[in-house]
Amino acid sequence: MMTKIAFVRKKEIPPSAPPITEVGLIGWLRQNLFSSWLNSILTVLSVYFIVIILWDFIPWAYGGHWNTKSLRECLDLDPDVACFSVLTARWKQLLFGLYPAEEYWRPTLTFIFLLLAIVPILFPKFFRFFWFSIIYPGLAVWLLWGGSFWSISIIYVGLTLGALFFLTLIRQYLKNYMIAVILAFLFTSVFFLFISNPLVDLLNVILPISLPFVESLKMGGFTLSLIVGVTGIVASFPIGILLALGRQSNLPVIKMICVGFIEFIRGVPLITLLFVASVLLNYFLPPGTNFDIVLRVVIMVTLFSAAYMAEVIRGGLAGLPLGQHEASASLGLTYWQSQRLIIMPQALKISIPGIVNTFIGLFKDTTLVSIISLRDPVGLASTIRADQKWNGIYWELYVAIGLMFFIFCWGMSQYSQYLERKLKTDK
Amino acid sequence: MEKTKINITDEVAIHISDMNKWFGNFHVLRDINLEVRRGERIVVCGPSGSGKSTLIRCINRLEEHQKGSIIVDGTELTTDLKNIDKIRSEVGMVFQHFNLFPHLTTLENCTLAPMWVRETPEKEATEIAMEMLEKVKIPEQAHKYPGQLSGGQQQRVAIARSLCMKPRIMLFDEVTSALDPEMIKEVLDTMIQLAEEGMTMICVTHEMGFARQVADRVIFMDDGQIVEQNEPEEFFKNPKSDRTKLFLSQVLGH
Repeated sequence: MMTKIAFVRKKEIPPSAPPITEVGLIGWLRQNLFSSWLNSILTVLSVYFIVIILWDFIPWAYGGHWNTKSLRECLDLDPDVACFSVLTARWKQLLFGLYPAEEYWRPTLTFIFLLLAIVPILFPKFFRFFWFSIIYPGLAVWLLWGGSFWSISIIYVGLTLGALFFLTLIRQYLKNYMIAVILAFLFTSVFFLFISNPLVDLLNVILPISLPFVESLKMGGFTLSLIVGVTGIVASFPIGILLALGRQSNLPVIKMICVGFIEFIRGVPLITLLFVASVLLNYFLPPGTNFDIVLRVVIMVTLFSAAYMAEVIRGGLAGLPLGQHEASASLGLTYWQSQRLIIMPQALKISIPGIVNTFIGLFKDTTLVSIISLRDPVGLASTIRADQKWNGIYWELYVAIGLMFFIFCWGMSQYSQYLERKLKTDK
Repeated sequence: MEKTKINITDEVAIHISDMNKWFGNFHVLRDINLEVRRGERIVVCGPSGSGKSTLIRCINRLEEHQKGSIIVDGTELTTDLKNIDKIRSEVGMVFQHFNLFPHLTTLENCTLAPMWVRETPEKEATEIAMEMLEKVKIPEQAHKYPGQLSGGQQQRVAIARSLCMKPRIMLFDEVTSALDPEMIKEVLDTMIQLAEEGMTMICVTHEMGFARQVADRVIFMDDGQIVEQNEPEEFFKNPKSDRTKLFLSQVLGH
């Protein structure tokens, strides 16, 4: 017998709530922790391991000694708990390296200003304070290294004059960007070669503002990690973007230079580059030149992560449909306009996880400078352990250093996730 | 609908002569000669791979031709970037896959080019954009992102985005091919409306009903050549070439 095919709905089915076992806490537990036998066993095992680790760790850390004079004393009191006294005794060194104790306020202030300076960059609603982010690099250099206030501010004056010169040229006299750039460059060079030094001398006489000079070898601890890490991050980002664009360029020469640079830098271990920075560069530079060691390291770290950054961003560029280029071209946007307004915002958004990954990697790689005997926290840990009083201490130092790095890296990771959520436009 | 032909002027909008293009060794466009008058509405059809999309993409230099000349609004397309950007700002294009900018709202999609290319102040650009969005009947979607709109709505935004540049010529590249059937009509209606206003249009499309209704001329292409062109009435009633007959029987047959 044939079944009837024709059907017409006579009664509407109203929507109803899902079964109680599928929602709320019970639903969550069922779905995520006990969805099958295997899953339940894994859940129980994981909880077991977490418990036994914490069972040992919490009493060890919680009952730790903070006020003994040496590791020996700790062991005499109670050998089964942590000996954090090393941190009590040496925390200043871990934070500031060999920076003169009476000047500790300077790196501290620099750090506080750093937090303020990144706010306008991270959160667009504070963008009106962006001027502080611009001033900050100069301010930080002056606070950390000291010397005359004017010799740093004159750089800003020179660059501002150069930019104004360029804008005036473009607005009023010239149509050609290339010539305007060259002229502005010449103008700025003349300023720095002939005018800036006498001007600084004059200002120093009229109104001397200066801080005691602190040499680069005194920088250390987390101050050094942050100097190298933050400068590297800030500088490698734009260089990476330019390299990525250059690698996609239609002009063979630019493309070759960019590919060559990226492949060379990526093919060489960072350690090698750091050795080049610390030892070899001195052979190539004329004798007597004092090319600051921290600056050399920063340059190497920047170039290194710029190469990685370029590849990450290239991945983002490749992820964009060709139609985006065509649509912006068909509207008459120039190459740079379309890169800036259409292509880069999308490519960078796609690359956020990779970019932050590179930043985090760079920040942790700053510990490699201990190999060329700069005193970053890891290098200082060895120094501290070489002290008779603390000889034999491992966990407490490295846990503390690890925790500090973790806080910064976790912060970056959290921000990147926030940014991804914020920039999501398809829902 | 009574077709209005009063709009067509003697002014030449696009002049293509002996134009050739190759993709590598593949001769994709062969000796194309085409003159489009201001106000003329042209439908280009043909089997896939016949070069019809490539032809209109040459007109705003999304593809580069290797031989012959293309003159748009009196400016010849050469390697001169200034000319190319100028022509692109005068010639609007709508794509099969919309190609809206997903990181910008509908309104920002529409105001971006006028603000950066024409240097229109933001307020004025917004007014123009809202006017155009009303024209394509979606002003209420102005503050949504493209990803939140349906295909038909996205394509109408794409048309509005082009119109905001006040183009003198519009190119449509298979604009309904990626749409669900129930959304094709809303996009075609927008195009018909544009056609009635006298916009110079070149449409690559398989919508033969649209061709019949609005085109002043239908061009049939195959193997990179213009095989036949005629007024739509004649073109559909009495196709001359066998290839046209075969194509029409396949397109109209089902």
